[in-house]
Amino acid sequence: MADVLTVAGLKAYYQTNYFGVQREVRAVDDISITVRADEVYGIAGESSSGKTTLIKTFAGAIHPPLRIVGGSMRYRFDGQEIDPYAVSAEELNRLRWRHVSYIMQGSMSVLNPVRRIHRSFADFAFSHMDLPKARFWQAVEEHLERLSLSPDVLRGYPHELSGGMRQRVTIALATVCRPGFIIADEPTTALDVVVQKDVLALLDDIRRTLKSSVVFVTHDMSVHANMADRIGIMYAGRIVEEGPTRALFTAPKHPYTAHLVASLPRIGDATRKPALGGRPPALSDPPGGCRFHPRCPLAIDKCRTEVPPLETVGADHRSACWRSAEVEPLTPPSGASGEEVA
Amino acid sequence: MSAILEVAHVSKRFAMGGVLSRRHVEAVNDASFAIEEGQPEVFTIVGESGSGKTTLARMMLGLELPTTGEIRLSGRSMADRRGRAAKIEFMRHAQPVFQNPFEAFNPLKRVDRYLDASARVLLGARGRGAIDAAMDVALHKVGLSLAEVRGRYAHELSGGQLQRVAIARALIPNPEILVADEPVSMVDASLRMSIVNLLRDLRDNLNVTVIYITHDLATAYYISDRIIIMQKGYIVEMGPAQTILESPEHPYARLLKESVLPVDDPGRERVQAPDRSLALAAAENSGSGRLVPRTGGRSVRMNAE
Amino acid sequence: MFHIIRDLLRFNREFAIGVAFLGLIVVYSLLSFVSPIDPDIQFMEFPDLPPSGEYWFGTNSRGQDLFWQLTFAFRNTLGFGIMVAAFSRVISITVGLVSGYVGGAVDRVLMVINDVFVTLPLLPVLLVFFFVLGDSLNTINLALLMACLGWPFDARLIRSITLGLRHREFTRHAMFSGMSPLKIMFEEHLPYVMPVVFATAMANMLWAIGVEVTLAVLGFTNINLATVGTTIYWANNHSAMIVGVWWWIVIPVVLVVMLFIGLYLLAVSLNEYIDPRSRLRRMGG
Repeated sequence: MADVLTVAGLKAYYQTNYFGVQREVRAVDDISITVRADEVYGIAGESSSGKTTLIKTFAGAIHPPLRIVGGSMRYRFDGQEIDPYAVSAEELNRLRWRHVSYIMQGSMSVLNPVRRIHRSFADFAFSHMDLPKARFWQAVEEHLERLSLSPDVLRGYPHELSGGMRQRVTIALATVCRPGFIIADEPTTALDVVVQKDVLALLDDIRRTLKSSVVFVTHDMSVHANMADRIGIMYAGRIVEEGPTRALFTAPKHPYTAHLVASLPRIGDATRKPALGGRPPALSDPPGGCRFHPRCPLAIDKCRTEVPPLETVGADHRSACWRSAEVEPLTPPSGASGEEVA
Repeated sequence: MSAILEVAHVSKRFAMGGVLSRRHVEAVNDASFAIEEGQPEVFTIVGESGSGKTTLARMMLGLELPTTGEIRLSGRSMADRRGRAAKIEFMRHAQPVFQNPFEAFNPLKRVDRYLDASARVLLGARGRGAIDAAMDVALHKVGLSLAEVRGRYAHELSGGQLQRVAIARALIPNPEILVADEPVSMVDASLRMSIVNLLRDLRDNLNVTVIYITHDLATAYYISDRIIIMQKGYIVEMGPAQTILESPEHPYARLLKESVLPVDDPGRERVQAPDRSLALAAAENSGSGRLVPRTGGRSVRMNAE
Repeated sequence: MFHIIRDLLRFNREFAIGVAFLGLIVVYSLLSFVSPIDPDIQFMEFPDLPPSGEYWFGTNSRGQDLFWQLTFAFRNTLGFGIMVAAFSRVISITVGLVSGYVGGAVDRVLMVINDVFVTLPLLPVLLVFFFVLGDSLNTINLALLMACLGWPFDARLIRSITLGLRHREFTRHAMFSGMSPLKIMFEEHLPYVMPVVFATAMANMLWAIGVEVTLAVLGFTNINLATVGTTIYWANNHSAMIVGVWWWIVIPVVLVVMLFIGLYLLAVSLNEYIDPRSRLRRMGG
């Protein structure tokens, strides 16, 4: 399968100098991943894991104090390679709308609150679709219908729609150019359960139709369980484990992943769930060696001094842990008991 | 047996819009339930935004007065609690836990000032030694100590630690009731379960009743004894949490359960959009329906037929 | 405190220039305490001498050494400005915090009073007081009067900040910790209001000094008290520019412009520094 995005050894740091206090926050520290064509790559991580910074680099949205300090990143669309940090601002802009699109958590900020929604569509999408006007509106309406949205929403104002509806319109706007690469940044985090499932169903539908790649970022493992083909688990600026969704849930090979999966509450199971001690490290001063070692039940001396490399531990499955062979799932999921990953 | 907290036929109406286009929104409609004394439990209120669960929580904390009906704490109506002394007396019995631990502390002030004030005013501790002792005792209940917390600012602590400090603060006057509105939704995944487990321990070890307001059915199942499910201001199902969440009866309760993302069979199945039609149809008739007792201690809102 | 000022001087050019200008004027006005002359006595020197080695700022038509005369003028003017700013800060902070935090009927009443003061025309009111009070309109009374007229806009600004703070969770947390409304207003909310207080204090001083100069030039203050305004009043009275005693007008105007620029730059840079958002960024929040 072709790779759409290849990231190698990427390092992106926030470097600030404010009133003489110098700080360096290593939000993305040596990350190498590939996103394949027609797959959903889930990125899971907590608030200080660097996941937001990582997708900012994907979207080509690097502004000081954030700087790319090392590594490389390449997109490949229609057999053509693009390095978003080597092209002109104009080309980057075209890349962003034509091939890469970005769906954010706060949908209100994309839609201009004082303009009717069709103006937002015209502003963002018209110049990128190379279509005559009539054909453009036809394409927009077809797209909305495909997402079971009435074209009537175009004539309204954003505040006339409910939160879930606005998020759907935002998704429609972000995908109307049929992008090959969709970045979804916590698109359902602030939504209620029913609306969340609605939006996820919509996203799932779109990517199956468009056959695009999706990078789906959320801290919610239950969303990943239902959306992702593969998941990369981030901790303190690094990928600590990456693998097919099923393998991560049934046979995690990093103690952090094992904990995340085991601590998921499920309806029908009220047995006491383990809680992890400690706290996520500050990215301005991360612990040496494996960054998870202060909280890790399996930590040994080596973990404190040497950084474990991300090594293959199974089919398509990598883990950065010195003791990955000894990691056991803390509680096997009841529905998938005994089932091994092919 | 007497009730610590009684919610009796409580409704709350808000006026919206200007002078000419004024309309009323019924945030809560005829809610009734009671928390019994000497029976610590986790009492959960589940619903989506707009269901009235937060309004109900605010009324239980005395931040809002019911439009009709009455809320009584230890037999004394909220409407009668006027003036500072009465409010302080109320705060000794019921305390809140906030949603966003980063917002619950003034970022420019040290976190211990809230504990200090609680020990002084609510517990009535006098003198440095007594105040420090009260703070330390409360912090130990949540797995922290005064030495770890004293002099720290909010940004120096993690979300999980802050939420613990906030809970410790709430525990200082030894309240019978904690009202926790979405206490873990802003806490990181790896720290979330420790807070949820803490709420469970408060019930089991300290005999505190926790009123847990959430939209997350999975944690609700995990810690709740009793649950009420709210839809557009109406209680639609109420009773033992595990029974209801395992086999909900009301169409809206079913819709909620159906919308919970399954994690037992990870990997990509097509995600199906939930079908709202039955729940919406039920909501149309909520006003004319009433809660009907069923077997197993649960009540379900049924249409008058 | 010391390292904050050091950092500001080193990294904030506006602050450095502002401090330099204001410092110069303050030091200059402080020289009045070691002045060899009494500002109220006239014709101690030859009148109308241009600036020279002996009389740095020259002498005026009333036979006073302008260098020493102006030290008193600036001391009185600065003192007046500080008094007005301090009095009006007390009013605007109290009204703003109470109005924003307590809300409801208290807020409505306070804001009606506020609106009345906003709409009062400044100069006519001052003139009425001048004619009614006559000689008893001394500096302190005038400062109090100006403070009563100078608070409403800033109180509204402070109120709008506290309105936002009232709905923050930490306010409710403080309430449920048993903190009294006074404690919440003045300990929890005041720090957020301080940037506005500082910035508006500088602006308020500028305004007060400007009004004082205007009134004095028109002769509506105690013209026997040396201030920047009365200096210009006497210079006009003696037709200083026409008879060629330009230094009597130009030197105080240059100095007062320096004072204005200094105050303005300080307001801008302090505002940036004290702003809680940038403060949090420095603390690493």
